[in-house]
Amino acid sequence: MLEINDIIKPENLVYGKTPVLTDSVMHYCPGCSHGVVHKILAQVIEEMGIQEQTIGVAPVGCAVFAYNYIDIDWHEAAHGRAPAVATGIKRLLPEKMVFTYQGDGDLAAIGTAETIHACNRGENIVIIFINNGIYGMTGGQMAPTTIEGMPASTCPFGRTPERDGYPLKMSEILATLPGTCYVTRQAVHTAAHVRKTKKALVKAFENQKMRKGTSIVEVVSTCSSGWKMTPVNANKWMVDNMFPFYKLGDLKNE
Amino acid sequence: MGEDIKLMKGNEAIAEAAIRIGVDGYFGYPITPQSEVMETLMAKQPWDTTGMVVLQAESEIASINMLYGGGGCGKKVMTSSSSPGISLMQEGLTYLAGAEVPCLVVNVVRGGPGLGTIQPAQSDYFQAVKGGGHGDYSLIVLAPASVQEMADHVKLGFDLAFKYRNPVMILSDGVIGQMMEKVVLPSAKSRWTEEEIKELNPWATLGKPKTRERNVITSLKLQSDEMEEHNHKLQAKYQRMKEEEVLFEEFNCADAQYLIVAYGSSSRVCQKTVEIARDKGIKLGLLRPITLFPFPSDRIYELAQQVKGILSVEMSAGQMVEDVRLSVNGKVPVYHYGRLGGMVPSPSEVLKAVDEKLIGG
Ligand SMILES: Cc1ncc(C[n+]2csc(CCOP(=O)(O)OP(=O)(O)O)c2C)c(N)n1
Repeated sequence: MLEINDIIKPENLVYGKTPVLTDSVMHYCPGCSHGVVHKILAQVIEEMGIQEQTIGVAPVGCAVFAYNYIDIDWHEAAHGRAPAVATGIKRLLPEKMVFTYQGDGDLAAIGTAETIHACNRGENIVIIFINNGIYGMTGGQMAPTTIEGMPASTCPFGRTPERDGYPLKMSEILATLPGTCYVTRQAVHTAAHVRKTKKALVKAFENQKMRKGTSIVEVVSTCSSGWKMTPVNANKWMVDNMFPFYKLGDLKNE
Repeated sequence: MGEDIKLMKGNEAIAEAAIRIGVDGYFGYPITPQSEVMETLMAKQPWDTTGMVVLQAESEIASINMLYGGGGCGKKVMTSSSSPGISLMQEGLTYLAGAEVPCLVVNVVRGGPGLGTIQPAQSDYFQAVKGGGHGDYSLIVLAPASVQEMADHVKLGFDLAFKYRNPVMILSDGVIGQMMEKVVLPSAKSRWTEEEIKELNPWATLGKPKTRERNVITSLKLQSDEMEEHNHKLQAKYQRMKEEEVLFEEFNCADAQYLIVAYGSSSRVCQKTVEIARDKGIKLGLLRPITLFPFPSDRIYELAQQVKGILSVEMSAGQMVEDVRLSVNGKVPVYHYGRLGGMVPSPSEVLKAVDEKLIGG
């Protein structure tokens, strides 16, 4: 038997935390997808060697504190305004790497205009879109992406289109715009999916380097607290109910 | 010919001055009576000369948030609009003030409320001077009264915005924006380099080198004690502005028995009123605030020891008059005279009000 101190030698290390991720303890709930996406985003920033040139724009939503976890310069935007903030940054600092990180309420409800017009101008930025079908931060209210029949605190008996309107497929809309070069929908509930999402992020930042236009990486996500499920059940519910409506894969890749 | 004197509109002067003093970015959305600002910039194509970015945004909400992005990077960014558009910017302005992001916002005021009129008014004084958005904050508010000052206040505005890390508003109106006058434009200055920005604005988000902590532009402090501390810091800053940055101009105040307080285009009208009054032997003076925040309260208080009454003349239902009353603190009567909805008072009309309210009263 090896002693613990023999095992944790640097030469035995097969995996470690990227230094781009800070040591702050994350405030996310168990099972939340935000933490996983933060981790792979930080890894991508490290592996691409872009930490010193990257400026992030955090949303209002559960990821409002993203700047506590990823060790780069950040702007904390007003609710929904991240794509306009990113436009201001990127237009004035075209050599830097600029991304927004937004929830579905932020990106597809209050910030719809900013999202569509930034994409339609083909702003050379990356948009990371966490679609958990609910307003996590404010306690589980209906989001523009809440699927039909899904309960939320402001539609406790399930989303009813006659009253609540229909769930919005924002990525499908953005894929129709000439300004976008890459629109993909991914998930992070299995190791294989995590790897695919990470690849998508790399591609999105590479597009930005090549000045190809707006890249959108949607991540269909769970919110076990908002959905009132255990993390395991939330993953299963997402696979069974969200994926048939929000189909994974590339919607546009130019 | 020494000086380069040009004839132009106030709105054009804003644009010309912006290019010359090395502004990095303009973001805006068209609205009368100020669309010439962006039109002039687009026609000049400054991106080919100084490298200045000019972008038409999808709304005023987007423009002000583009300023939040650009200003947070330590760049000189500005927008212009008129009243309804400035209302849409209030959310952004409170975030900029809270996160201490410098920027310049020009309001070429038109009459309201609502869609109102495209004619000039001064009815956005409260919105500009008392905050406008939520929370305890103040903008620095400049009130140009000529095309020359429209040009000059662009540089002054940016100097103050960066000195205090605070948004600055030029509170103009449709008269000053549209009228043509002679103007001497500021001398050309190149834009800051990235090295200069790092040196001057160490808080700017230009990408985090290994040698410093990350820079975060944010107005969020969830812990009440931290948020209170942040508020105290902001209040101390506003107090320092009150001590150091008050600007005003006086006409015939030295021996005045009656005083008008008026800013912007109203002050131009009232200057004429003072001339007519003096011809008639009435000892009337005019104090013109150039900064509306900070307000020239101390000087108005001093003058209140000497005059018999004060008239605040504004193209509004009476907004600045409240600050004049607060300055005077009951020492002498303070009245208001104003026209509304896009009407501009005439000098003789103001003199009649002086006669009825101050002298007769
Ligand atoms: C102007 C404004 N309206 C409402 C809110 C309250 N609010 C904060 S977060 C949020 C919803 C966030 O949901 P989402 O964008 O889906 O992100 P999540 O928390 O699920 O990650 C709302 C409505 C706010 N902060 N500002």
